[in-house]
Amino acid sequence: METLFTDYLPNFVSGLRTTLLLTTFAFVGSLVLGVVLATFRISPIAPLRAAGTAYVEVFRNVPLFSLLILVVYGLPEIQVDIDYIPAVIIAMTAVGAAFACEVLRTGINAVGADQVEAARAVGLSFVGIVRYVVMPQAIRDMVQPGVSLFIGILLSSSLAGIVGVMDLTAEVSYINNREALGLTTFLVAAAMYATIALGAGAIGARVETRVRVRR
Amino acid sequence: MRTEQVLFDTVGPRAQRRVRIITVLSVLFLLGVFALAYWQFYRSGQLAPSKWAWLYDPATLRYMVRALGHTAWAALGAGAIALPLGLVLALGRLSASRLLRWPSTAVIEVFRAVPVLLVIYIFTSALPQYGVNPEVYWKLVIPVGLCAAAIIAEVIRAGILAIPRGQSDAAASIGMTPSLAFRLVVLPQAVRVIIPSLVAQAVIVVKDTTFGYVVSYGELMQSGRVLVATTGDLVQTYLVITVVYILVNMVISRVAQRLDVVLARRRAGNGSRFVTLFPARSATVRTAPGAPDAAKVPIA
Repeated sequence: METLFTDYLPNFVSGLRTTLLLTTFAFVGSLVLGVVLATFRISPIAPLRAAGTAYVEVFRNVPLFSLLILVVYGLPEIQVDIDYIPAVIIAMTAVGAAFACEVLRTGINAVGADQVEAARAVGLSFVGIVRYVVMPQAIRDMVQPGVSLFIGILLSSSLAGIVGVMDLTAEVSYINNREALGLTTFLVAAAMYATIALGAGAIGARVETRVRVRR
Repeated sequence: MRTEQVLFDTVGPRAQRRVRIITVLSVLFLLGVFALAYWQFYRSGQLAPSKWAWLYDPATLRYMVRALGHTAWAALGAGAIALPLGLVLALGRLSASRLLRWPSTAVIEVFRAVPVLLVIYIFTSALPQYGVNPEVYWKLVIPVGLCAAAIIAEVIRAGILAIPRGQSDAAASIGMTPSLAFRLVVLPQAVRVIIPSLVAQAVIVVKDTTFGYVVSYGELMQSGRVLVATTGDLVQTYLVITVVYILVNMVISRVAQRLDVVLARRRAGNGSRFVTLFPARSATVRTAPGAPDAAKVPIA
C-alpha cells in the first residue's frame, strides 16, 4: 500500500497527464470536426449532406478499438506514418466528432421550427436567424449532452494502453503486473476517473440550471 | 418538422447558382479524398490480390463466422447480466427508502464514470490475487455487463420518470396502492417508452465485446489477431472486421429507430382522446426528458 505511493506516484501522475492530454485534444477536435459535420448535414449542398450523414452513420457505429488498430497499426502499412499519441487522438476524434455532430443537431432541433419561421417572418436573413435565434438557444441545450460527450471521450481514452500509449489505465495495469497490490491500485485509478467524470457532470449541471431554456 | 429543415428558405436564382458551384466543388473534394486513399492503398501494395486471399479460404471464413458467433454470445451474456441488474438499480434509485436509493445511486454513478477496460483489468489482474479467477468468458462478460447495467438503469429511470404524474394519481384515486399502481399503470407504459433506447444500448455492448482481445476470448477482434499472426494481412483483416461491426451496429440502430416510430404511433393511437384533449401532455410521454443525458456516449 505504501509502495503504491512512494514508488509509483510518478506513474500515476504521468498516466493521469496522458489521459487528460488525450481527452482534451480529442474533445476539442471532436467539437471542431463536429461543427463541420453538422454544417454539412444542415447545408443545402446535397453531396455534403450525404457525406455528413454517411460519416456519422459509420463512425457512430464503429467500435473505437477496431478503428484504433486500423489507425495505429494499419496506417503505417499503407505508408502513412503517424506517432502513437497523435494516432490515438485521431481515432478518438474521428468517433467523437460523429457524436458531437449529433449533439449539435439535437440542440438545433430542440429550438423548434416555429422559432425559425417567426424569425423569417420579421425579415431576418439566414445568418441572422442562426446567429440571433437558433444558436443562442441551441447552445444552452447542448450543455448536458456536451458533458456526456466529454465523459464518453474520457472513458474511451482508456483504450490507448492497448496500443502502447501509457495512459492512466495502462499505468495501473503496469504497476499491478510488477507489484501485485491487489484491488488498491485499480481503485485509485477508478477514483481518479470517477472524480473527473463526476466533476465534469457537476459543473455541467451547474451551468445547465443557469442557462437552460424553459419551453 | 425539424428545425434544421426550415433553416434555409427556398433559394432564389442567384443562390441556386452558388449552390450548384459549391455542389460541384464538394463532389470534386470528396472524390479527391477517395482517390488519395485509393492511391495510398495501391502504392503500398495493400490492394494486391494475395493480400485478400484469406477472404476466399473457406476454413478462414468458417473461423471468422465462428468468431462473430462468439461476439454475439458475449454480447448476449453481458445483456443477460445488464438488463435485470439495471432494472434493480433503477428501482433502487427511484425508491423512497434512502437505504436503497443511496447505494444504487452510488453504484450507477461509479460504473458510468469508470472505463470498462479498467473493470476488465480488475477481473483479469486484481481479483485472481484473491482467488477469484473465473473463466475467460466471464472476465469479459461480467465487466461489460456491469457497466452496461449502470447505463440501462439510467435509461429505465428516465423512462419511468417520463410517465406523467397524473397516471399514478389516477391509479391512486381508484384505490390502487402505490406499488400496484406502479406495476399495473406506470411500468407497462414506461416499458414502451424504454424499449427503443434499450435496443440502442446493445450497440454499446457489442462495441465493448471487442475487449475479448484483451482477455483472449475468441470473438472477432481476438480472432482477427490470430488470423493476422498467420497471414500478416493486418489492414485487410481489420478492415473487414470493422465493416462487420459497423453493419451489425447499424442494423441494431435501425431496429431501435423503427421500434421507436412503431411504439410511438401505437401510444398515440391508444390514447387518441387523451392526445387531442391534452396535446402537450401526450408529448411528454413520447420523449423521455433526460433520456439523452441518460445514455452514455458509446464511443469506446
